Amino acid sequence: MAELNVVLSNPEQGTTREQELIAQVQRGQAELFYELVRPYERRVYAAALAILRNESDAEDAAQEAMLKALANIRQFRAEARFSTWLIQITVNEALMRRRRERTRMTEAIDDHRDDEGEYTPRDFADWREIPSEALERKEVRQKLAEALASLDRKYREVFVLRDMEQLNIQETAEALGISVASVKTRLLRARLMLRDLLAGGWEQGWFSRLPFEKGTKPW
Amino acid sequence: MVVNCQQVWKEISNYVEGEVDAGLRAAMDTHFSTCTRCKSVLDGTRNVIQLYGDERMIEVPTGFGRRLERRLAQGARSRKGTWSTWSAWLVPVAALALIAGGLRWADSLTVPHPLQSEHAQPGSNIPPDMVVVVSAGAKDFHVPGCDVIHNKEKIRTLTAKEAIREGYVPCVRCMRKYLQIASTSPVSSELVTELSSNVEAEDRARSR
Ligand SMILES: [Zn+2]
Ligand SMILES: [Zn+2]
Repeated sequence: MAELNVVLSNPEQGTTREQELIAQVQRGQAELFYELVRPYERRVYAAALAILRNESDAEDAAQEAMLKALANIRQFRAEARFSTWLIQITVNEALMRRRRERTRMTEAIDDHRDDEGEYTPRDFADWREIPSEALERKEVRQKLAEALASLDRKYREVFVLRDMEQLNIQETAEALGISVASVKTRLLRARLMLRDLLAGGWEQGWFSRLPFEKGTKPW
Repeated sequence: MVVNCQQVWKEISNYVEGEVDAGLRAAMDTHFSTCTRCKSVLDGTRNVIQLYGDERMIEVPTGFGRRLERRLAQGARSRKGTWSTWSAWLVPVAALALIAGGLRWADSLTVPHPLQSEHAQPGSNIPPDMVVVVSAGAKDFHVPGCDVIHNKEKIRTLTAKEAIREGYVPCVRCMRKYLQIASTSPVSSELVTELSSNVEAEDRARSR
């Protein structure tokens, strides 16, 4: 547990180069902006994708969001984490696009249904850990991505921002415009559902043919 | 304090976040040491967080970074052109000077200058009725088939004149020859007006 907290608390220590770049861009050297955002471009894309669920829309929203970040770079304050600021701008951009799309499509809105009812874990067998090294395999990443994609939007978004993008609970709430309590409830549910999906994945043989499969555990 | 399984499941996410008070934490720790079901839920939850939190779980489309870099470079250049307040009126003024016939645009390109913005180049000599394409979300227009067209699935065909009127700017790659020809030949005042209002349109778009 301790190590998890360490990682989450400040992954960007020692960012003098970053601070330097921010100051330069703020003074007008816009051509340095890509260098500044490059370390976060993957996370920016993932945030947009979580909301828009379409690769080309997500890419376009991510680009547009970065242009907006550039245009507003002088509003960035050093107290904030730069990565968080970028992701929040991206989430705003993506949500705005989705709302626009919604109005056009008059798609059903499930926002207002709240998270009543508790989620009960289903699978209680001894947890078979999937080691991080397994992520080297495309098929494992793909199965995990599919499990995530199968979650309802409200759970998926919170989970992506908190657990993949590493925003904190408060920042996640602000980015999505929902309460801290909702973030916590949805996050709990998302994590438990994913856990059950991964447990089920073992049973369905998702992780078969892998070196860490039953009996050959290398770790 | 003693907690049962249901209470543990309800708090397990907060527990993993380190957001439960000392009393509850101790009670949950005790529970985990005796309840294999809840221990399995805890282990699985941690495993989920660890796996999905891994950078490798984020997959971006091929060429994503390159395309972002290019689009930002365009944005950076257009910002240079409009950053200071005076440039907004200086662009049309410089363009008028160009029409008047004295200034050769090529000369001004050799020194760093805010007016170098590709988005604000008044010297464009693009045939107004030339067929060009634009793609969803991108700000530039291209010759059909240009290899830097972004988002190829969502393209729309129109004339150069319409594209300029809608606020699109010439692609610096495929429209280059027109942009360069412009340095030695006079331009139509119509295009100049359109290009400078184009800059304003971009400003508006940016401040949205
Ligand atoms: Zn229990
Ligand atoms: Zn082009």
